[in-house]
Amino acid sequence: MQNKSWKPWAMMAPSLSAVFLLLVIPVCFIVVYSFWLRAPTGADIPAFQFGNYAKFFEDFFYPSILIRTIRVALETVALCLVMGYIPAYFFYRSETRHKSLLLLLIMLPFWISFIIRTLSWINILGETGLINHLLLKFGILNEPLSLLYNEGAVLLGLIQYLLPFMILNVYVSLEGIDKSLLEAARSLGCTEWQAFREVTLPLSLPGVSAGCLLVFVLTAGTYLPPMILGGPGNDMIANLIFKRVIGTLDWPFGSAISVLLLALLGVIVFTYNRYLGINQVFKSLSS
Amino acid sequence: MKISGWSLIRLYTILVYVFMFAPIVAVVLLSFNPEQFGSFPMKGFSFRWYVKLAENDAILIAFKNSLILGSLTSLLVTAIGIPAAMAFVRYEFPGKNSLNTLLLAPIMIPEVVLGVALLIFIRWLQQPKSFLLLLFGHVVITLPYVLLVVQARLVGIRREYEEAALSLGANPFQTFMEVTLPLLTPAILAGMLFSFTISFDDVTATLFWATATNQTVPVKIFGMLRNSISPEINALGTVMIILTVSIPLLAGYLSRKLSKG
Repeated sequence: MQNKSWKPWAMMAPSLSAVFLLLVIPVCFIVVYSFWLRAPTGADIPAFQFGNYAKFFEDFFYPSILIRTIRVALETVALCLVMGYIPAYFFYRSETRHKSLLLLLIMLPFWISFIIRTLSWINILGETGLINHLLLKFGILNEPLSLLYNEGAVLLGLIQYLLPFMILNVYVSLEGIDKSLLEAARSLGCTEWQAFREVTLPLSLPGVSAGCLLVFVLTAGTYLPPMILGGPGNDMIANLIFKRVIGTLDWPFGSAISVLLLALLGVIVFTYNRYLGINQVFKSLSS
Repeated sequence: MKISGWSLIRLYTILVYVFMFAPIVAVVLLSFNPEQFGSFPMKGFSFRWYVKLAENDAILIAFKNSLILGSLTSLLVTAIGIPAAMAFVRYEFPGKNSLNTLLLAPIMIPEVVLGVALLIFIRWLQQPKSFLLLLFGHVVITLPYVLLVVQARLVGIRREYEEAALSLGANPFQTFMEVTLPLLTPAILAGMLFSFTISFDDVTATLFWATATNQTVPVKIFGMLRNSISPEINALGTVMIILTVSIPLLAGYLSRKLSKG
């Protein structure tokens, strides 16, 4: 077989070159660009200076957006975990014939465009949305509440986007648990709750942590829910990048912020990979 | 006691489903509301906004762009992804794990960063934003998902089938056409559908790459939202939902039917 050792390389070559040309090189390029100077008119000037980074940390405005991003991402992770673990456990223990249908349903939002899922909340939370309509109709309120354009609305949009990732990760991990372990625990006198706490919960932690990582990374890099459901004070780091690159065309500064975001996520992903291994995340995505 | 605990879990799960689907159901319902400001309550049932959509040339063009982009992305990404997935499943070679991680890395890189990176890269190459930028960008976004989905299906195709064909006198080309390819077809179809839908739905990175003449449907919806939500947006959203949800359901149904023979 030695003479065929080139074969897998030939098979991988198109994919590897695509990732290299369209991802690795462009990402290296934003690092280079983040040191460039913005020209008042015309093309940006190649340079090696830290002005764009200095500008970010100049006062508290930009760092506070970074801190908010981390805070909102952690809140999203916590809420997805609380909302996602129990349904995943339900799928694992349920003996209903419709289990595959239920799982398919929870996967369905994956197939619906992110923008539609985000804007759909306006129909629920808006001044003429479902909640205000019901509250007014039953005379609980006299004038509509403003439920949109705040952090709560942003969190709802984020959770709806990311919850399936969490449920799936936890479920895949739970499915991998040998059910005879549970029977053993029960027959040795554990209560249902003890068996869950001592056997099921610890064994599901790889899925929990993989889900948390994925939700954190995807939240930290998104700008759509803050842009559509949030107010001026709810911008996250990705909104900043969008505004600098698309809005004010300040590419060097936009690049510097992108590099900072990548660095933050890079540190988190590498630390995770070092201690827990990244493959768990990919495992659940392939199922 | 046990029963009540279980019913609580079930109730909780039902509530999570309601949370996930209520906004989407609202989009679909309100798209049929004939009222100008399409909010609750429903004042009847009409296709008024769908008719208006069909008469809107800009939206029809966006649909055409999305369909072409999605189809080309799925063809291209499947063509380069299937051989790579086979290499990972079938062969052992040095650096296999790191290379696999490298190919899956785009999942972990925020689409915003990818959007900025490709945009700056083509600017440096002094190329204008074009359809090719969208196509290449969508290939990078969808490639890791295609690799994951296809690898998972390939693991099940056993090498013995091919070895049997070879030992019975088929040449390698015949073996590929008669044995490997038919076995691969479900994986190829799954990869194509998956990449089509991701490309068709993508908005985060696409907003960086699209131009006024290259708008896709999600980009168009984003532009329309600037004014506030309208029944027309709900109608367009419903068309998107029906399209992208029915494709995988149909594919799942067909593959089950095919595998039963």
